[in-house]
Amino acid sequence: MQRFSLLSLLQNSLSGHTDWKPFWRDAAPKPRYDAIIIGGGGHGLATAYYLAKNHGITNVAVLEKGWIGGGNTGRNTTIIRSNYLWNESGALYEHSLKLWEGLSDALNINLMFSQRGVINLAHNQADVRESIRRVEANRLNGIDAEWLTPEGVKAFCPIIDISRSARYPVLGATLQRRAGTARHDTVAWGYARAADSLGVDIIQNCEVTGILRENGRVTGVRTTRGTIQSDKVGVVAAGHTSVVASMADIRLPLQSHPLQALVSEPIKPIHPCVVMSNTVHVYLSQSDKGELVIGAGIDSFNSYSQRGSFHVIEHQMAALIELFPIFSRVRMLRTWGGIVDVCPDASPIVSKTPVKGLFLNCGWGTGGFKATPGSGWVFAHTIATGEPHPLNAAFSLDRFTSGALIDEHGAAAVAH
Amino acid sequence: MEFSYGGQAHVAYPKDPQSVSDEDWAQYLFMRDNPKGLFLERWVHSQGCRRWFNMARHTVTHEIFATYKPGEPPPKAGQ
Repeated sequence: MQRFSLLSLLQNSLSGHTDWKPFWRDAAPKPRYDAIIIGGGGHGLATAYYLAKNHGITNVAVLEKGWIGGGNTGRNTTIIRSNYLWNESGALYEHSLKLWEGLSDALNINLMFSQRGVINLAHNQADVRESIRRVEANRLNGIDAEWLTPEGVKAFCPIIDISRSARYPVLGATLQRRAGTARHDTVAWGYARAADSLGVDIIQNCEVTGILRENGRVTGVRTTRGTIQSDKVGVVAAGHTSVVASMADIRLPLQSHPLQALVSEPIKPIHPCVVMSNTVHVYLSQSDKGELVIGAGIDSFNSYSQRGSFHVIEHQMAALIELFPIFSRVRMLRTWGGIVDVCPDASPIVSKTPVKGLFLNCGWGTGGFKATPGSGWVFAHTIATGEPHPLNAAFSLDRFTSGALIDEHGAAAVAH
Repeated sequence: MEFSYGGQAHVAYPKDPQSVSDEDWAQYLFMRDNPKGLFLERWVHSQGCRRWFNMARHTVTHEIFATYKPGEPPPKAGQ
């Protein structure tokens, strides 16, 4: 791997930056691997990286039907936080946040990780009670959390309207100071680059069309670039997980929905943090380029179309202007959608399956980006050892039979 | 919105819920088809006549192939 340093930047500037090598090899599929990861998004690439780094399994292929970073990794609103309610979620997301804190160094790439703080607004008494409960639960789990009064919200984010006459007045907010944002597609590129340097084959334009099984265990996959053998296959296909799992006759509690986001024209730095509101439903940050990055809710109906309905954007803009009257004349630049796989309890599935050697990492729904490092970490452990890591043991597929659901609808922030 | 979504159609409540195994109950309660393509689903005309109906719709193109009443079998291809 060509490492980034001040020296390498200076050296390459002398040759006009024409000597930089590609981040990863354009690998062609080999006939057999020790492990195959289906899905070359952030979670899949992180899984491959930690398989190689933590478990010494380097004969790994990541199969991506499109291009690296072209799915939900490049379509989210880049928010990172760990202020989830339940012990299981708190532990998993906090592990992820701790990995984020050292990730630029670990991957030798600038992820533009910015711990600018995330506030989750409360607009009614039920919100207030739920938010304070979550703050206390977070603190008990060692996760930094604070409760802000409306004046505290105003001090942390001066452009927000806290007037009591608002239709949905701001009654307070939770604050996680260690939370923030990162440059999303660099996360995919960084993991791909680091995994590739450890020997992982990253194979793009390679769609899986079948999962091969013998006597109840997986033996490989059929793809548009030929058959590939492996005793271990991990499915990390986000919105398309149900489609891939159905190739192994596995039915899941997932439904795929479009989730939209949009950005404004670039403006001068004005918004210092990340603001989220469940109740009026909008979330907002400002990128280093100056664009306001604005997230919306999902379309209620199932869809694989990677585009959302206009009424969702209309609703989101109304909420934005309600909270930030200053943005009433800002023009929007681009809008897009991704397909998210939503679980009934708004928690992910990172699990073994009834098919031996076949593992699932899915159901992250509307909030998977923040979990990228932790998800890869525990899924690599699950694939390497055949058993879940203590952090993902509760996120098994079995929980829908046992009833031990992990209800995170409150902390998941996007209404399902 | 004029219409609201009700998820997958033709998910029958178990005839004898007391005798259903945990696995079958999970199938009924949580497991759903999630096809990329034709999907049979329930909708309600929430801002209109407030009646439920079923729809056959494509989940990529959003093309609507048929609508039919609850309890009726789904129309066969071509109809």
